[in-house]
Amino acid sequence: MPAPAFAETELPQAAAPAAIDLREEFETSGVKDVLAELDRDLIGLAPVKRRIRETAALLLVERARRRMGLAHETPTLHMSFTGNPGTGKTTVALRMADLLHRLGYIRKGHLVSVTRDDLVGQYIGHTAPKTKEILKKAMGGVLFIDEAYYLYRPENERDYGQEAIEILLQVMENQRDDLVVILAGYAQRMDRFFESNPGFRSRVAHHINFPDYSDDELLRIAEQMLEKQNYLFDAKATAAMADYIARRRAQPHFANARSIRNALDRTRLRQANRLFESAKGPLDAKALSTISGEDITASRVFALPPGKGEGK
Amino acid sequence: MRITQGAFSFLPDLTDDQIRAQVQYCIDNKWAVSLEFTDDPHPRNTYWDMWGHPMFDNPDAAALMMELNACRKLYGDRYIRVVAFDSSPGWESVKLSFIVNRPDEEPGYRLDRQEAAGRMIRYTTRPYAADRPAGARYG
Ligand SMILES: Nc1ncnc2c1ncn2[C@@H]1O[C@H](COP(=O)(O)OP(=O)(O)OP(=O)(O)O)[C@@H](O)[C@H]1O
Ligand SMILES: [Mg+2]
Repeated sequence: MPAPAFAETELPQAAAPAAIDLREEFETSGVKDVLAELDRDLIGLAPVKRRIRETAALLLVERARRRMGLAHETPTLHMSFTGNPGTGKTTVALRMADLLHRLGYIRKGHLVSVTRDDLVGQYIGHTAPKTKEILKKAMGGVLFIDEAYYLYRPENERDYGQEAIEILLQVMENQRDDLVVILAGYAQRMDRFFESNPGFRSRVAHHINFPDYSDDELLRIAEQMLEKQNYLFDAKATAAMADYIARRRAQPHFANARSIRNALDRTRLRQANRLFESAKGPLDAKALSTISGEDITASRVFALPPGKGEGK
Repeated sequence: MRITQGAFSFLPDLTDDQIRAQVQYCIDNKWAVSLEFTDDPHPRNTYWDMWGHPMFDNPDAAALMMELNACRKLYGDRYIRVVAFDSSPGWESVKLSFIVNRPDEEPGYRLDRQEAAGRMIRYTTRPYAADRPAGARYG
């Protein structure tokens, strides 16, 4: 095609500012709000919040440098989130997309969450179009790949996962302005994944580890979840929930905050049944929204010896 | 002879940044964007070949630019256009269409005169490029 046209109609570049007030940038960019919301809405996760604040600071400075004409390369923003199930990785990834959007590092700020099956096909020629479709959907936002290590199956040398990996690596390198990739999964398996895939290791700049929640944090998470749904524990229920958390943790398939969410769903079911069977007259709002101890202690978790069962 | 079809075709060719901005405008209006290519530049040839599917749920123009670059790699010697469809009336209709790639050499059209009954003359235009078989017309 002929040489670029319209050059004369392009707006003159705004002159680089002589000084930038980072405090003010912090507030006007909306980063302050995102971080405050993160602090408020998510219980615990202190190390994660610290890392996000550090990353935000880096990006603010980077942006200020760019505006002064000091930096030219887009910083590498691809990240890895490691931690056990239900520790908040997906939730934080959503906030991260918002943060990057407000800082102007991504144009749209949406999150596309996928696993191996969304990227890898079943037969020859199936994988590349599938991976590209997903990449196109994620452009302008964040691509979140859950349990990323399933992409790599060294035991099967014909595995189509390798094809998806190659396309991903290429886009992560060449289109850093167009999308940010967050890889997520359990810590140990992610470590092994990075060891055997140096391409990913060298393209991922930020590694954030999500610790398990303490019993106390899980109780606060339970209370917060209930509050959002306009329910509350009575005193006995709070004690029962604390007991429940300690027992549940010792049982298989424990998934931190997600286990709590599921337990609360079942608790509400039992509360509704209790009200339905026992109510003699009209019920007021308080009765309809109070969870009592027996709604929790009826859980099978209390019947099972520790370390057995599914925790239903 | 420079082919002028679709929007912007009397302007100098759009740069990639300008194409991207136009495509983003289409997407922000909820129009589905797609790419089509051809080596038959006759203005009555409305059926160009599709490059992949129309894009219904890609919020950012980078997605189309990625496809455009792939299309140029294979068919960089032909005409490529962006077409934007609006489905809000209940059917798909073209809202915007513009050329984003053209052959280096555009030989233009020959005007043929056919003498018919009486002193009538029929006129028709034929792209010189169409003298060669499809697929081998440019470059
Ligand atoms: N710190 C927290 N405070 C309040 N709610 C939380 C917190 N962490 C997680 N949750 C809630 O717990 C649930 C599970 O969280 P999320 O899906 O982010 O976990 P995850 O780490 O992505 O899990 P997985 O690895 O299984 O995908 C969500 O409903 C989320 O709202
Ligand atoms: Mg998740």
